[in-house]
Amino acid sequence: MQQLLNGLFLGSIYALFAIGFTLVFGILDRLNLAHPAAFAASAFFGIWLSDSFDLPIALVLVIVFAFGAILGLIIERVAFRPLKDRPDAHFAGLISSIAMGGMIIALLQAVFGPNTRRFPVGTVPDDAIEFGAGVTASVLQIVIVAVSLGLMIGLTILVGRSALGRSMRAVAENPGAARVLGVNVDRVTATTFAISTALGAVAGVLFALSVNSAQLGMGSAIELKGLAVIIVGGMGSLPGALVGGLIIGIAEVFAIQYVGSSWRDLIAFGLLFLILLVRPQGLFGKRKVREV
Amino acid sequence: MRKLLSTAVVLSASVLVLAGCSSSGDGGGASAEGLKGTGSGDSCVIDATVPVGAALSLTGGAASYGESQQKGLELALEDLNAKDGVKYELTVEDDGTDPRQAMSVFEGFVADGTSTIIGPTLSNTAFQAQPIAQEAGVPVLAISNTATGITEQGDFIFRDSLTEAQVIPQTIEAAKDKLGLKKVVVMYSNDDAFTESGFQVMESALKDQGVEIVDTLKFSVKDTDFRSLLTTAKQSDPDAIVVSALIEAAIPLVTQARELGIDQPIIGGNGFNNPALMKDAGEAAEGVIVGAAWNSASDSPENTAFMKAFEEKYGAGPDQFAAQAYAGMQIIDHAVRVNCSGERTDVQDGLTQVKDLPTPLGSISINADRDAEHPAVVQIVKDGKFAVLN
Repeated sequence: MQQLLNGLFLGSIYALFAIGFTLVFGILDRLNLAHPAAFAASAFFGIWLSDSFDLPIALVLVIVFAFGAILGLIIERVAFRPLKDRPDAHFAGLISSIAMGGMIIALLQAVFGPNTRRFPVGTVPDDAIEFGAGVTASVLQIVIVAVSLGLMIGLTILVGRSALGRSMRAVAENPGAARVLGVNVDRVTATTFAISTALGAVAGVLFALSVNSAQLGMGSAIELKGLAVIIVGGMGSLPGALVGGLIIGIAEVFAIQYVGSSWRDLIAFGLLFLILLVRPQGLFGKRKVREV
Repeated sequence: MRKLLSTAVVLSASVLVLAGCSSSGDGGGASAEGLKGTGSGDSCVIDATVPVGAALSLTGGAASYGESQQKGLELALEDLNAKDGVKYELTVEDDGTDPRQAMSVFEGFVADGTSTIIGPTLSNTAFQAQPIAQEAGVPVLAISNTATGITEQGDFIFRDSLTEAQVIPQTIEAAKDKLGLKKVVVMYSNDDAFTESGFQVMESALKDQGVEIVDTLKFSVKDTDFRSLLTTAKQSDPDAIVVSALIEAAIPLVTQARELGIDQPIIGGNGFNNPALMKDAGEAAEGVIVGAAWNSASDSPENTAFMKAFEEKYGAGPDQFAAQAYAGMQIIDHAVRVNCSGERTDVQDGLTQVKDLPTPLGSISINADRDAEHPAVVQIVKDGKFAVLN
């Protein structure tokens, strides 16, 4: 039971990270590999905010969300927009986003140094809530699940109901036709990057809080998990990323419990192959018919 | 005839010059001859400055240890250079917590004619870098390597840091006497030389003491989320959790254990022996038991003087790594003065003759295995500070 909760907490961070990842892919058909660097940068930025200004964590999350959005706009402008008209825009964007990620990490190292950093003690109350039979969850963990779920639900509503969401879906369907119909494709693209990176940014802060440490490489540790999550869930599917995140999180935790800790990644990634064999489009993905 | 004679003179003169060049090249540095002095011990006088190189982890995962070490070395350098007779020049290079970088730093020191090398910070790195000095015949003094096998790398490798094999059994014994341990869970990261060898010592010490190991849980040196491992550990209901990990993993591990309601004692290896544990884990660090090579509460004159000078210079108290670094320079000074020479082989010989040298760590002797011997201390975290467990 406790393990299920552990998996849920871990999984909800994976999901929040992966949802940002998959949003850009689903709508713009681009894979943004600067996402993990934004994840780390935001954690460091959040810690800096907490350390220097002693802000309450709720305010830190709001500022980090905005910081992530700006970072997303920069990533789109620098790494993706100049390449958008090239015939190989997918691949070129993929590579230039890796370069962008490398620059962000190098900049972080220059500003903050290479050491592991942590939120100051007491940023989040360390009270634990007991659900009977020795099953406990800390306030922090509940906050993590609540913030993750809240953001994911908000995003789903945004994409499904709002005018911006309609434009996003139109761009996802066919960018050329959307442009003809009067949708400002560039603006939708930039907004999508902003939202995506803002979600990754919040995930970074939550992860740093959750494990009580932030390292320069924290993004690359979660990057592969994030990719696994969006493949398991179905490329571009928001509910898929949520369910995929939870599945990978819980699978990891139970792999440790029943198989052994050294087998954790083997089980989590083995699951990825299994799902691809049985359902190549992922749990929630649609089969894509590509016109040539 | 005259022409022949002058040719002979020129020739023999140039042979002499060449010979002179090659003889000064033997020592590896221009001032090799000058590294030999006159007198011995306190009366030793060496005209040239003795070059000492230190490879420390100033960046990377072990940077918090390296920074302490650098402070300890620099403080010792000031004290030693204030004395008459022998002056030292200390060059500190960053090994980046990376074996490859440490190797090139070592190569640099070997080529520069450095008398002795200190470091590198981590055992993992030491296993790769120290053989370079061994091969070149440069004495190395390890000031924080605690893994088994460090000094077995060769007769030029020494250390002043007590090994895990020396400290951990004393820690386990004290903890067992105090807490009445019967069964424990052991956790360690299995992809790092230091934590792996720490685990092996813990395992055999626990067996020797008749404590049952109900479960052994492995993790990676890069892991930061230990909740599911700790939940597994909690289910075995152990009397204590014994952990071999670096400080980077120790802090999240301790925080998450307390958060999951594990209030059993946590017993750590040398990696836990860092003030960052109390600073970053806060309340959660209370009751953590750590064996150490240095006791901050020791009131020996060497230690009180060291603590006071360190506090004055840096505005914060020293940790074990600073103390071992400080003692390291004292040991090197002793070794240089024994033969009154900064030549590499003379320093090596001097290091074998260190006996009952008073340092902040206590009275140090270097044994036949080139390891330091001095008493260890078992500490417990109380009110945010290390206190002696008794």
